[in-house]
Amino acid sequence: MIDVKYSLSKHIVSGIRAIFPRRTAEYFALIGLILILSIIVMAIFAPLIAPYNPIKKVGDILERPSNKFILGTDGLGRDILSRIIFGARTAILVTFLAISISLSVGVFLGLLSGYIGGKFDSVFSLIMDAVYSFPGLILAIVLTAMLGPGIVNTAIAIAVIYTPTYFRMVRGLVLSLKESLFVEAARAIGARDRTIVFKYIFPNVISSVPIVLSLNAADAVLTLAALSFLGLGLPAPTPDWGFDLKAGHAYLAAKIWWPSTFPGLMIVILTLGFSLLGEGINELLNPELRR
Amino acid sequence: MKEKDVELEVVGLKKYFPVQKSFLERVFSRKLEYVQAVNGVSFRVKRGQVFSLVGESGCGKTTTGRLIVRLIDPTDGRIFFKNEEVTSWQGEKLREFRKFVQIIFQNPYASLNPRMKIGEAVGHPLEIHRLATGEQKKRLVVQILEKVGLEPAEKFYNLYPFELSGGQRQRVAIARAMILNPELVVADEPISMIDVSLRAKILELMLSLKNERNLTYVFITHDLAVAKYISDWIAIMYLGEIVEIGRKEDIFSNPCHPYTKALLAAIPVPDPKKAKKEIQLKGEVPSSINPPSGCKFHPRCNFAMKKCRSLVPSLHPLNKDGNHQVACHLF
Amino acid sequence: MQTLLEVRNLKVYYYLEDGIVKAVDGVNFFIRKGETVGLVGESGSGKSTFGLSLLRLVPTPGKIVGGQILFNGTDLARVEERRIRLLRGKRISMVFQDPMTSLNPLMRIEEHLMETIRIQERLTQKEAERRVKTLLSEVGIPPERGKDYPHQFSGGMRQRVGIALGIALNPDLLIADEFTSALDVIVQFQILSLMKKLRASHNMAMIFISHDISLVSEIADKIALMYAGQIVEFAPAVAFFEEHLHPYSRGLLDSVPNIELSDQTLSYIPGMPPDLINPPSGCRFYPRCPEAEDKCREKDPPLIEVKPEYWVKCFKYERKRR
Repeated sequence: MIDVKYSLSKHIVSGIRAIFPRRTAEYFALIGLILILSIIVMAIFAPLIAPYNPIKKVGDILERPSNKFILGTDGLGRDILSRIIFGARTAILVTFLAISISLSVGVFLGLLSGYIGGKFDSVFSLIMDAVYSFPGLILAIVLTAMLGPGIVNTAIAIAVIYTPTYFRMVRGLVLSLKESLFVEAARAIGARDRTIVFKYIFPNVISSVPIVLSLNAADAVLTLAALSFLGLGLPAPTPDWGFDLKAGHAYLAAKIWWPSTFPGLMIVILTLGFSLLGEGINELLNPELRR
Repeated sequence: MKEKDVELEVVGLKKYFPVQKSFLERVFSRKLEYVQAVNGVSFRVKRGQVFSLVGESGCGKTTTGRLIVRLIDPTDGRIFFKNEEVTSWQGEKLREFRKFVQIIFQNPYASLNPRMKIGEAVGHPLEIHRLATGEQKKRLVVQILEKVGLEPAEKFYNLYPFELSGGQRQRVAIARAMILNPELVVADEPISMIDVSLRAKILELMLSLKNERNLTYVFITHDLAVAKYISDWIAIMYLGEIVEIGRKEDIFSNPCHPYTKALLAAIPVPDPKKAKKEIQLKGEVPSSINPPSGCKFHPRCNFAMKKCRSLVPSLHPLNKDGNHQVACHLF
Repeated sequence: MQTLLEVRNLKVYYYLEDGIVKAVDGVNFFIRKGETVGLVGESGSGKSTFGLSLLRLVPTPGKIVGGQILFNGTDLARVEERRIRLLRGKRISMVFQDPMTSLNPLMRIEEHLMETIRIQERLTQKEAERRVKTLLSEVGIPPERGKDYPHQFSGGMRQRVGIALGIALNPDLLIADEFTSALDVIVQFQILSLMKKLRASHNMAMIFISHDISLVSEIADKIALMYAGQIVEFAPAVAFFEEHLHPYSRGLLDSVPNIELSDQTLSYIPGMPPDLINPPSGCRFYPRCPEAEDKCREKDPPLIEVKPEYWVKCFKYERKRR
């Protein structure tokens, strides 16, 4: 189910690119940003926007979308629209938290490891490679099972999966930058190691991060959805798109499409937002380098 | 030997780089192999001179340059700056040394931090050595930018390297090297990546700075014609060794080593009417991992004698005042 | 001697996001059978683009937007791709600065040569092998090295392989684009000698593209000097070096160190290379020309035939037709 949503957003991206000529980069980034910001706004102002309490039964079960319940109700009679709106909170919170953790840890360790080299580098590379080689979702499942449910724990579990990505990317860049001429020039004027790492190497590494970040975020949204789909990560009544997707899944056979479609749609939108932003940033940054 | 005015002296300088072997290669052959990049180089440079290291790729001139500024450590040999031995200086002492000895690199497109503005980059040495900060630092940077011809300096101060041309970037590199008022500057092929019609501008700048500040240059180049234009002394290098060294006038009026003669004959001259020369030389430069025995040049030399294969010739003077030296059994 | 290739008002532009780069902007040129023309220019002069356009090899986003390239009555700028492919290598051949990057690292040199030959000519295996052996010895590669792979060759040998591939089918015209620029001076000399020998034995015309005017003087019969996408002087080599009529020619020659001279004063050309997206109005060299007049800013001078076989693109010579 999640795979379908993933490939769906990827197809939308390449479809758009096929239709519009150059300068798609700016549109991509802009649209992506709008989508993400809309969802952030939704998350922040949830109590003000949502018509009903998302965890209380406010209507009959599985009511069709109508004027009263714009997106219908779910299997427990809760308003789907409200659940979607509040679901944005968990999606945004967990994703951002997870990405922040993996970014800071991964980039920092990657910088140090790449520059210091030697045994230090061997040890950390080994650890990171080991984590990286684990199938992400399985690892996330194991970690959430170990850590228990909750927003922070889920964020940590997801962060662990993505830390090696940043580590490897940064480390690789540092290894090649270490040998570059302008770093040698920095040494020639007497710069200390600390200065070289933070003033010469880091700024040249950081430009590669945004694209990885946005694509990672897209992936994290899906991982979170998968975890909730499996019943892990977030405790039951918490509005969560993945969870609701799973819960609504059962009714599809009976042609009751609204409990699962709308949460699924939100997952696609957020993932799409991050993907577009990432692709856009990639295109925008690269032409400068191409020059 | 302490002589007055000797700014730089290197004695028996060697640099061997271990050859990286693949896993299988390491399994099948225990022998460690080395690239003998610099293999016993000695010379002296006096204050205010332009001393050129000339040679083709792989001769060791660039490595020698890096050894002089202590960007890499020598495998053997000694380096003296103003009669003080700096061969194994490290840490703060080495940092101190950098105030006096600087380097300009060949590639202006790669020697500047792409994420640092010009003003920041040129002022950075001042910051590192805690010589100036804030307004004073900015003033010094603007001063040196004007000096190297990047005007209006205020405008260039805030630009990034990618907004500058190759020639302009090289000037920035020169400004950065000069801002600490060094005494000795190693210039590693500073104009080979600059457009032909703009090279003289950079050379002129370097010469005027030299005259103003009584600088000493170690000028590394593969282009003998440029060396002729700018040098006082020239050392011809081949496979990590100096084969001929002398005053510019001597080298050009009386080239002795067969390699020097071949180099001179091979240089194109902008004059189609000149008689086409022959060079007395065969083959190509061999690898410096397993260099030829005896005189390294003997396999290519048309004048090679029996002893050239086994006996290594040392640099010895051609005449009494000892200024013109050759490493060849013919002399 | 008959004209082998004639170029009329050729324009090749690159369509970039930042604008249209007019790399070649109105070039008139010709070369005769067996002649060697040295095409000289600094970076941004358009010389490489010009060379590539002769074989329709200009990479996108570049395209030929105007003019004609006449070879044996055919306009190479317009003819179908299929026919150009028949020409490439066989009638007109091109060699580049590093031939190695275009070679398959898993194919022996012999195989490369065989393939090149057999694509265009119907030869038996034995005949092709014999041809390959002859070629290798012609370019000074010991025959046993034919079994080696590209990475096993050193700098000069690689260029020799490049030459072998370039002359394998006996083309009428060889275009060499910065062919010796990455070589050390002694190997460069050797390769240049080889090329001189081969052009005679194969009766081949050559367009030798380089930024090094001294180098070109060693091999060219005629010099074509390019600046900002146009040819500014086109003359026999000896006459060019004696007279260098265009101010740019003079400036360039004055900035090149000549090892035969003692006490040379090197000068440079003030200003910066021109912006090819917005070239100066009028004469492109105007902003940097020490002899510029008002007229030069307004109108672009035509190529003027100052004397037979000697063209200069400069208003100074407008009335000086001898």
